[in-house]
Amino acid sequence: MPKSKIYESFDAAVADIPDNVTIGFGGFAVVGQPVNLYGALARQGAKGLTCVSNGTRGGATLPEDAPTMESLIQNDQVKKVVCAFTAPTRASQRLVFTEYYESGRIEAELVPQGTLAERMRAAGAGIPAFYTPAAVGTELAEGRETRVFNGREYLLEEALPLDYAFIRAYQADSFGNLRFRRAQRNFNPIMAMAAKVTIVEVEEDILPPGAIDPDDVHLSGIFVQRLVKVPPPPEGWWPMHPAEVAARNARLQGGTR
Amino acid sequence: MSDTRGLTRQQMCDRLAMEFEDGWIVNLGIGIPTLCSNCDFGDRQIIFHSENGVVGYGPLAAPGKEDLHLVNAGGQHVTMNPGSAIVHHADAFGMIRSGRIDVTVLGAYEVAENGDFANWKMAGQKGGGIGGAMDLAACAKHVFVAMEQTTRRGAPRLVERCAIPVTAKGVVDLVITNYGLFAITPEGMALKEIAPGVSLDEVKATVGCKLIVPAEVPTVKMR
Repeated sequence: MPKSKIYESFDAAVADIPDNVTIGFGGFAVVGQPVNLYGALARQGAKGLTCVSNGTRGGATLPEDAPTMESLIQNDQVKKVVCAFTAPTRASQRLVFTEYYESGRIEAELVPQGTLAERMRAAGAGIPAFYTPAAVGTELAEGRETRVFNGREYLLEEALPLDYAFIRAYQADSFGNLRFRRAQRNFNPIMAMAAKVTIVEVEEDILPPGAIDPDDVHLSGIFVQRLVKVPPPPEGWWPMHPAEVAARNARLQGGTR
Repeated sequence: MSDTRGLTRQQMCDRLAMEFEDGWIVNLGIGIPTLCSNCDFGDRQIIFHSENGVVGYGPLAAPGKEDLHLVNAGGQHVTMNPGSAIVHHADAFGMIRSGRIDVTVLGAYEVAENGDFANWKMAGQKGGGIGGAMDLAACAKHVFVAMEQTTRRGAPRLVERCAIPVTAKGVVDLVITNYGLFAITPEGMALKEIAPGVSLDEVKATVGCKLIVPAEVPTVKMR
């Protein structure tokens, strides 16, 4: 019998992560973000990390004190971020990361979102590089290799392999087969395929093998090494309903008046 | 202060949405373009595609009815229409790169008369916010832009050449601003329709490039 993939805590699941590794963090907006694993890694304290994620922000529907990539940034655990946003999408927003980046304390590699996804897909598919039309003719393509296919110019992009992927899923069986729900899939299965070690926070109770029909598996357990069930709040982190967020924001505003 | 004359943001999006054809697959950028999903499409079936893999999303979820697992690319809680599907990010961008998206509607800082546009980085900024815009702009069959006519300081956004780093070159077809509808043609920037309450002189004075103006300029079509 191989070793069980089920870990009893997030802390145990991240305990052996060394300094200076590359970690992909799944999720898009709040959905599918490995909030509990962010918290565990912030407690664990590994440094010199290269963090790969769509953005660095947690999102509006997480509890105020929920851990996010910003927790790792403020802990000085992060050396570099590979992402599609170093700046916020609204002029009124200010990202914690932007200050660290602009002052040169953290490096960034800004990548078009589709290229970011495909670089990890390529890594997970055993493909070292590919050509894409995205970013051709822009500042991002300056000095880089391009090639013309069928009369159109394409930019060479290299695969982005990960040491670890931290992801969140809806259901898992003990073999690590996963199902995601609605928009939760996003980057999560791609990052798992690109990583040597994938750690999953699972929303529902971990199921026995066979409980997920093979046709309904979104990601094979071959790509998954560690599973942790997210406990109910307040022990585990869960997104909030927009109505709860509105009530909280009203309370917070009331308190500062 | 933004110039609030001419069309409202919803009216701008209503006008662009009239150009969507039956069966089109449409991707909306964050900001003003998201309002295109509120438009009345009548008999036309429009399929909204989102970078996070939600294909066929519908209107915003009613308060209290939000599904916490379901958001569009702007992070808004949406609904799904019958026939929707979920794919992962690489497949969502496969749909984009392989030319399946009929139109993307994006916001912008500047659009040039040669079809270049800039929307990811402001002048002097280190880094920026690209999101899916470069993939979409390079690969969608049509690129529409929805933006205000001028910057907050009154500088033109419709320009001869982009002064800030571009998102893609030569891709924009159509631009709606609060002042009117503009087409990028082989001859340059052409005024197609003008917003009610805005004069032709005001349009010309707020454009930073040569403007092709027909003898008669119709008012922006409204529903």
